[in-house]
Amino acid sequence: MAHGTTTVNANSPDFVAAAKQVERPPLVGGGRGFHWITEKICSIIEEETPTWWWIAFFVTGAITLLVPWSLVYLVSTGIGTWGLNHPVGWAWDITNFVFWIGIGHAGTLISAILFLTRQKWRTSINRASEAMTLFAVMCAGIFPAFHVGRIWYAWFLAPVPQANAIWPNFRSPLLWDVFAVSTYFTVSVLFWYTGLIPDFATMRDREPKPWKKKLYHVLSFGWRSSNRQWKHYEMAYLCLAGLSTPLVLSVHSIVSFDFATSIVPGWHTTIFPPYFVAGAIFGGFAMVLTVMLPFRKIYGLEDLITEKHIDNMCKIILLTGSIVGYAYLMELFIAWYSGNPYEKYAFWNRALGPYWWSYWAMMTCNVIIPQLFWVEKFRKNVVAVWIIVWGPNIGMWYERFVIIVTSIHRDFLPSSWGMFKPALNDITLFIGTCGFFTWLFLVFIRFLPVIAIAEVKGVVPEADPHHHDKDHKGGHHV
Amino acid sequence: MSNAPVYGVGAEFKCAADLYHAAEKIRDKGFKWWDTYSPYPIHGMENAMGTGKSWVSGFVLLGGMTGFTVGISLESLTSIPRPEFLKDIQSGWLMDLFYPLIVHGKPYWSLPSFFPVMFELTILLSAFGAIIGMLVTNLLPRLNHPVFNWELFCQRASDDSFFLIIEAADPLYSEEETKKLLEELGGTQITVISK
Repeated sequence: MAHGTTTVNANSPDFVAAAKQVERPPLVGGGRGFHWITEKICSIIEEETPTWWWIAFFVTGAITLLVPWSLVYLVSTGIGTWGLNHPVGWAWDITNFVFWIGIGHAGTLISAILFLTRQKWRTSINRASEAMTLFAVMCAGIFPAFHVGRIWYAWFLAPVPQANAIWPNFRSPLLWDVFAVSTYFTVSVLFWYTGLIPDFATMRDREPKPWKKKLYHVLSFGWRSSNRQWKHYEMAYLCLAGLSTPLVLSVHSIVSFDFATSIVPGWHTTIFPPYFVAGAIFGGFAMVLTVMLPFRKIYGLEDLITEKHIDNMCKIILLTGSIVGYAYLMELFIAWYSGNPYEKYAFWNRALGPYWWSYWAMMTCNVIIPQLFWVEKFRKNVVAVWIIVWGPNIGMWYERFVIIVTSIHRDFLPSSWGMFKPALNDITLFIGTCGFFTWLFLVFIRFLPVIAIAEVKGVVPEADPHHHDKDHKGGHHV
Repeated sequence: MSNAPVYGVGAEFKCAADLYHAAEKIRDKGFKWWDTYSPYPIHGMENAMGTGKSWVSGFVLLGGMTGFTVGISLESLTSIPRPEFLKDIQSGWLMDLFYPLIVHGKPYWSLPSFFPVMFELTILLSAFGAIIGMLVTNLLPRLNHPVFNWELFCQRASDDSFFLIIEAADPLYSEEETKKLLEELGGTQITVISK
């Protein structure tokens, strides 16, 4: 901003050197122009399907088949094919539900909160992370839907007067969950699709095949790239971002209410909503990096998803990971300070009881491993980043397992104590959803622009209408 | 082609800055039926074009108020006892409402527990308001439009180029004058677009 407007001699070597140090790296590397961006992103979809894609597609597709297999077995035989029983009535299913929902939250954070806070670097990563949000929520929904047992009665959750005229219990956190998750999914789809409208127009204008051209034209609603349209479009986008921000915070708060409103020691804590939201963003960003770094490498997107992007995401992981670590310690402190023997026991049992290994796996993966991101060398090394983010990926699954299973496996009466062991069907269904998630992501990168073309164009320097006024460098067309 | 009715005259501009300045000039000349086209929204263009603020936010407010009203009515009317003045209506859809049950030992009308559903419905319908508002104000979906008759426009408007089109419907429009004006403003590839 200081180009020649201050009284300091802007051309002096000292000033130039000092300015270089604080200058932000460009969001699109290599001085790329608009046409390059269009070419680069569209060519991913337009090129012939690569062999690796087919292999990955069939492998993950085969793993996905575990989902229908497990569910048919579950519904036809009964909920007992999961390892659930008294006292552990919630186990892997709710763990997996919270795990997947949490992963989705990074997508909304990137698309909404970073938009409101004008973090322009979001443009390179928001499309793929929003897609990830949708796929993660799809995986998440499977678990509570089938946990109701008699899935054909799942419509009892809908707010319609039922056969016996009783309405669903609006005071129940489980019903809040239904509203929160379905609203979250719907709004995420709307937000994602709104972002895709101008990109469908770009793909339409490049497409030689008439049927595909027509299809993209319809999908883009006949978008004309006109600034009278952009004006309304931008307002709609801003409003959606403003709506998604409280929405994403509410969704994981409400998920945490499933636990916090009960009286189970280890669940009944007021710290849960912020702690769950921070954890969700933490785990979600780790998953964003896990899926994004490989396709960045495969498709050579280093100029679009730059070191700066990865660095920023690592810092968010470091911050949210530290918040999560603080929450763990605060829980321990309150367990001791509250003087409540049941609360104290719940936490003592978590750390040193029969599930001690899961507690320490959680602590190591979520609190200790991400601290490596304090070191710039790790943040700048793509391979190191990809390895480190497996810490939060695994740790956040363990966190939910620890919260759920260790809190309820020791009931108030020792006669009601028990242990949980996952049944085969628990394991196959979880692995199946992992396959499903990856499979959906593969389909996404093959058929839709993985990076928001129009938005990235908006953050290159020449996109600014005053760019040439203050600093005439000429075009960067490559 | 030459006898076909004319939609307007278009010009291509090489960069966002050129288009921005051209738009300012066209605005100052008092044109009404014209538009600029760019592959991404240009910051500040609504001022350069003098088109004012978008009222999509009004649709969002409307959607939000609807969602809030639906939410609070749904939760209240199903949870409170039947009010005195409705005692006589014992048939029809009202039968499904007013089913007071004591749950969790909470009062019939437990506003704090009703908050999440109210909130989610407010957000949900606001989001629909944003999308519907955007489509209504933009008059979309519209698949057929004269601007798509311009070959160059179709190839580059969503890729890397900038266009300004003045419609024949504008009172200040005259084919020769407008062409000249666009040329003066730095436009190239000046083309008459048929309807």
